[in-house]
Amino acid sequence: MTTSTGRGLLHLAAAVDQPDTYDADPYLTLTRLAERGALDFVTLGDSFGRPGPDALAVLSRVAPATARIGLVPTVTTTHTEPFHVQAAVATLDWVSRGRAGWRPEVSATEEEARLFGRRAAAPAAELWGEAGEVADVATRLWDSWEDDAEIRDVATGRFIDREKLHHVDFQGATFSVRGPSIVPRPPQGHPVTVVDTAQQHAFDVAARHADVALVNAAGPAQAAAVRAGLRRRAAEYGRDPDALRVLAALRIDLGGGEHAAVPGHGGGGPLPSELGPLYRGGPVDLADLVAAWHRAGAVDGFHLTPVEPRRDLERLVNGTVPLLQHRGLFRTFYPGSTFREHLGLARPANQYAALAGDPS
Amino acid sequence: MTTTAGRRKPRGHRPLSKQIHLAAHFPGVNNTTVWTDPLSRSQIDFASFEHLARTAERGLFDFFFLAEGLRLREHKGRVHDLDVVGRPESLTVLNALAAVTERLGLAATVNATFNEPYETARRFATLDHLSGGRAAWNVVTSSDAFTGENFRRGGYLDRADRYTRAAEFVATARELWDSWTPGGQSRPFAHTGRHFDIEGEFTLPRSPQGHPVVIQAGDSPEGREFAASAADVIFTRHGTPEAGRAFYADVKGRLAKYGRTAGDLKIMPGVTVVLGDTAAEAQERAAGIRRRQVSPQNALLTLEQIWGVDLSSYDPDGPLPDIDPVVDSGLSQGRTKRGDPRAVAEQWRALSRAKGLSIRQTVIETTARQSFIGTPQAVAAELDEFVQSDAADGFILVPHLTPGGLDEFVDQVVPLLQERGAYRTEYTGTTLRSHLGLREPVRPAREEGLTV
Repeated sequence: MTTSTGRGLLHLAAAVDQPDTYDADPYLTLTRLAERGALDFVTLGDSFGRPGPDALAVLSRVAPATARIGLVPTVTTTHTEPFHVQAAVATLDWVSRGRAGWRPEVSATEEEARLFGRRAAAPAAELWGEAGEVADVATRLWDSWEDDAEIRDVATGRFIDREKLHHVDFQGATFSVRGPSIVPRPPQGHPVTVVDTAQQHAFDVAARHADVALVNAAGPAQAAAVRAGLRRRAAEYGRDPDALRVLAALRIDLGGGEHAAVPGHGGGGPLPSELGPLYRGGPVDLADLVAAWHRAGAVDGFHLTPVEPRRDLERLVNGTVPLLQHRGLFRTFYPGSTFREHLGLARPANQYAALAGDPS
Repeated sequence: MTTTAGRRKPRGHRPLSKQIHLAAHFPGVNNTTVWTDPLSRSQIDFASFEHLARTAERGLFDFFFLAEGLRLREHKGRVHDLDVVGRPESLTVLNALAAVTERLGLAATVNATFNEPYETARRFATLDHLSGGRAAWNVVTSSDAFTGENFRRGGYLDRADRYTRAAEFVATARELWDSWTPGGQSRPFAHTGRHFDIEGEFTLPRSPQGHPVVIQAGDSPEGREFAASAADVIFTRHGTPEAGRAFYADVKGRLAKYGRTAGDLKIMPGVTVVLGDTAAEAQERAAGIRRRQVSPQNALLTLEQIWGVDLSSYDPDGPLPDIDPVVDSGLSQGRTKRGDPRAVAEQWRALSRAKGLSIRQTVIETTARQSFIGTPQAVAAELDEFVQSDAADGFILVPHLTPGGLDEFVDQVVPLLQERGAYRTEYTGTTLRSHLGLREPVRPAREEGLTV
């Protein structure tokens, strides 16, 4: 392992969730703001069980009106069809020209199950096992077209080389998929998979399938320990741990002026809250906190959820980000064009092309 | 086509002209899309969708229409490789197109067999909100076990169940779209029927159009009845003005028993248009397009889909096989059937004998869609006549080129339709429902008296 601590350039992401918002413009405004701050990506949460629009649709609507920032909708896997899910995520990658990610999530409540009437609520462990299978079949379907499958060979009248399209023949515990996908392999090969490890059963799915893992931690030492655990488990699954970015999830309330509301909180904290670790203070002290965690090599970056979306994201982008840039900890522009490039992650090899093992 | 003298009078003499509705189909996964043309571009890059949608909006079209793919077609057990293969997921593309268009309606096919009402209603309500009231849903069904192999459901519905499920599916979606109070408060819904037993709260307020526009495609008696009871637009395929008028009269005649009037359902056949500076040039271009659509390989493939056996030893420029088709051989999967193979084969052989046509020529002649071929003036007159004589309310144009296939039509024919007084010169509303002249759906009676 070349990088055992998270001391590379920071990765920053922000949530753009807003309650009671069904129009496109407020989401577009926040995403553009985040893009102005050169953040790696934005997330938008989703659930069938509470008010709000379809998150993947919102970020598709945002895609042509933005240029560089990664777009990560929550996509639930419990009551949906895995084949539809992978096609929609691949299409988000096409319409954003290589900026799509997705955040798999489960629907564990009986209320959500009753919206579909197809299956009863199931234990979280079972549902996360299924979510892992959906992540697995998604990558197989994204690979089911090799990159050069489209040949347009006028002489033989063939549009594609069908040797380069593959049935996936996936058999999971609750579903099966024959394949291949209806969507050609997306620009990034695989859109970026982001898994929030706040639920214990998601930890294994993150270690096995995630490109980005979100962790809840009260301080840098705890974050470093969780990160080490994720990397260890990823290696056990045969993955390169350096292909996993671990971001600390932090709620931010930047309404408290220039300094932390709690004396000594800036550069320390965060404080526990019902919804996860919360930083409350000003943008300058937030920069101190981020820099301190970075110095300790605890994480690869942060996923920040503003408590007051418009206000806190503006303060983050106009206050915290320039300070981090000034210290040389964060990029001042996007050197690449795809989300994977922002994260420093390679475009994945195609698992079926590799199997074919063509020596030429 | 004959046109009455009165209809040739300049604008102003026919102020009561029925208005033509136009929509654009993105060339899809079939052999009508000519990918061998030097002007053919990607069928998957967003730039292609953006170009065609912007062209349609420049032409003041009602909507832009995307078909759905659920499984790649296979032939002889292998993925079919002759036509355009691969497409993006429709609703995701339409949400993105909402960012680069302002008025154009955005229609997606979503299958009622391999989806669930709650999720589908939510996705269309979201598109309607994000586009400011421009969403449309083309409801189709499938009972194909071949397609079902990609889904949790599998393939299990027979023909009758497919339609009862589709009808209940749409009715359920409407209940969900109506479930919030006019004041924007979420309120519980419950639906118990033969196919669905669900309850809870919907996640979105009523959308800008009330309900997204519902389109139905298909010509079976069940399909016509379903359209008459539940659809706002019916997407048809009727070759001649006579067939169009018969269909029009039949479907519009079914509306009254559902308490609906003729204006509540728009009939829009899918058609192709080929233009030329002269009639002869247009005919020549059309023949060239047909030859490229039906390559020698495609001609044999089409025949194999009917005969159900391997015909690779036949010469596409030679006569049709004199052997009879094998019915239900399973040779070809994922493609719409053309009726009883023995009858089709007999008909095609008779045509071939009568006109001295080869295999390829026979396929070219028998698989043509409704086409309008001629100078822009002639095509404009013919389209107008088709609509004025109640053979249709408008057309869904299916270009043969991606993405420039509508450029000529919008530049050359649309202005002529406007001169004839049969087509809008600007969008007067912002929603698809207003473009189509459709009323906003009435809330169920239980809503009345609600003050919130």
